Amino acid sequence: MTKTFNAADTGGAFLRNRTISRRGLLGGAVGAAAGIGLAACGAGSAGTPGQAQSAPGGGGAEGYDGPNVELAYWNGLTGGDGPIMKKMMTNFNKEHPNIKVSMTAIAWADYYQKVPAAVSNGKGPDVGIMHEYSLATNAARQVLQPLDDVATALDLKKEDFSEKVWGAGIYQDKRYGIPLDMHPAGLYYNKTVMEKLGLDPEKPPTTGDELMTMLDTAKSKKVQGMWTSALSVFGLEFQTLVYQFGGKMVNDDGLSVGWGDEPGVKALTWWKSLIDEGYSPKNAAADGNYVSFNNDKALFMINGPWMTTPLSDNKKLKWGAAPVPQIGDSLQTWSGAHHFVLPRQVKPDANKANASRVFVNWLSQQSLLWATAGMVPARKTVRESPEFAKLGAVTQFAKEIDYVNFVPAVPGIQDIDPIRDAAVSSAVLGRKPIADALREGADKANKILEANKKKYG
Amino acid sequence: MSTAIATPKRGAEEQATLVGGGGKLKHHHPLTPYALCAPYLLLLLTFVLGPAIFGIWISLHNWDFMLPNKPFIGLQNYKDLFDSTSVIFSPFWRGMRATAIFTVASVPFLVIIPLAIAVLLNRKFRARAFFRAMIFAPFVLGIAVVGVLFNYLLDAQFGLINYLIGVIGVDPIGWIQTLPWAWISLVGMTVWWTLGFNTVIYLAGLGNIPAEQYEAAELDGAGAWGKFAYVTVPGLRTVLVFIVTTTILASANMFGQSYLVTKGGPSDSTRTAIMVMTEEGLRQFKMGTASAMSYILAICLGLISIINFALMRERNK
Repeated sequence: MTKTFNAADTGGAFLRNRTISRRGLLGGAVGAAAGIGLAACGAGSAGTPGQAQSAPGGGGAEGYDGPNVELAYWNGLTGGDGPIMKKMMTNFNKEHPNIKVSMTAIAWADYYQKVPAAVSNGKGPDVGIMHEYSLATNAARQVLQPLDDVATALDLKKEDFSEKVWGAGIYQDKRYGIPLDMHPAGLYYNKTVMEKLGLDPEKPPTTGDELMTMLDTAKSKKVQGMWTSALSVFGLEFQTLVYQFGGKMVNDDGLSVGWGDEPGVKALTWWKSLIDEGYSPKNAAADGNYVSFNNDKALFMINGPWMTTPLSDNKKLKWGAAPVPQIGDSLQTWSGAHHFVLPRQVKPDANKANASRVFVNWLSQQSLLWATAGMVPARKTVRESPEFAKLGAVTQFAKEIDYVNFVPAVPGIQDIDPIRDAAVSSAVLGRKPIADALREGADKANKILEANKKKYG
Repeated sequence: MSTAIATPKRGAEEQATLVGGGGKLKHHHPLTPYALCAPYLLLLLTFVLGPAIFGIWISLHNWDFMLPNKPFIGLQNYKDLFDSTSVIFSPFWRGMRATAIFTVASVPFLVIIPLAIAVLLNRKFRARAFFRAMIFAPFVLGIAVVGVLFNYLLDAQFGLINYLIGVIGVDPIGWIQTLPWAWISLVGMTVWWTLGFNTVIYLAGLGNIPAEQYEAAELDGAGAWGKFAYVTVPGLRTVLVFIVTTTILASANMFGQSYLVTKGGPSDSTRTAIMVMTEEGLRQFKMGTASAMSYILAICLGLISIINFALMRERNK
């Protein structure tokens, strides 16, 4: 006690002598803190929302010959595709001595949270990548700038890409994304297991019946041929079959989902029967389809082209890829797409704006290298080049280009994903009948879509 | 703590001298206490109270920080949370239910097991320091590490736990796909992960119980149980209040375990209130409703803490 008291006394004396400066200091600190707070609040409403920022140099068509600039390039390529993108960026930097691009990869889930926050504080990247399903949300939230000037200046037309992927970049008649690639779901088949079962390893199934025949062969030899997990089947597996049975993820009006009735029920009945009838173990882990395939325990999996990289890394594995078999009424598949985007800048810089456009145009032309990451290039010229034809599995995914399906440009469309996932998952686990689970889920999802319509207008 | 150790008589004497001395108290400048508190106060205001008050303001709006239009809607967000026809009613209350289940299931274990371990570790034996360190070790790990670890252990096909129970002839269990196993997994991993913290607090509390009290109890004929029930537990009363309160709060804020291991599943059974708020506020950018949810949760936790203090205060006064 005494010691403490003495210390306070010293402090008091010290303070008495320096009251003013101390108080001034404290006052200053409070002021500074308040300033930071205000700046943080104010930035969100600053800037010019939704307005196209001028792009001298003709939207990137005429190159960039201004002073040296540095560009920040963000994306979510944290997997095997990251190093390939980095290589493309390095090539660009070599060819353009006055533009220095540096890349930051943040896992997608975090990326979609960070970019809006960074943009509102004026610290957003100059160039980014977004999936087609996020473009409308980020356009409506004024995270992105329209890119029509780039498309016009570079004379980009839908004929240069594919109609579907080009159309996916548009929200409310304005373009927000320049497509880089498509990544549709496809069928992977394990050649080692096929040989072991006496199946022809060069003839993957093309219809649901062929697939089931092969799975039956496997089952008769005690091999569970196609692992299905309640924790992940709601992704591209369920969605591909919903499209095949004539459904949609979200109907074009943006107000209702298209998986709550018959197409959804048919799709999920098919997947659930794989588990119920012993083609898949019960309670498989979320990545059970990949783990079983990679360890020569399963015949097939339906998955995205990003799986080609980890599968190629396993040198012992003999595998092939093919378009998805037609299980439902028509041949359809789920697809995602990566688009280049230009985030809005609170303080636009004409040089950076121009250099960013040069970078986007260059990257989209060089997407052959990107195809080695398994992604199907969006540019037709690249897809039809002889170099692309020499690549492996990715050419199989490219065959699906005419029947890929993207979600419509509805802001907040990803808000319904957790509802869909929970509904599918509870049906697969047998906690609810399939039709009930999907209908209840769809009712909730439709309410969210209606609320979003009000919010985003 | 130091005041608690000092005998009351001594403290009173000291105080008497100080107050009795009249002007002696004015050894310091009147602003000194405030100046000493200022750094803490500044941090508290900037990072706790400020955002908390701002959160109330947000909860009264349809708030998306990117949209220029943030309409003021009064208490509508709160009304929606209590309106069973609204979009957010069912996810929120299912989340609250999951949080309640986890809290009720985990707190007893997190209070009792560490107490038992602390009593054991409080004895003198060889390698005591080693065991104390081992018990505390998992707490040092981040939830990301613990999550990855348990994903491997709990895998239904390739996991170590199902392999081990397979050796003794038990069928594989879907540790994260089925109920109640998902809850058992989450509670189990949480107990393993955090029991070291409570153990250390208990050990500190045990060290503060004077040995004389045990001797006196022994003279009165108390056995091992008697000493535990009439000396140890009353001696740990303040520590118990602290542990029960912080453990309830920590359990009610559970996020990482569900997020990383069960992903809120099966279906949405283990999606906790905090996960619902994260989804609502940070992924769907509906910060108004997310803030309203967090205030409802905060009020519930405040009430529980008050009840907790009321139940555990000393009654014989």
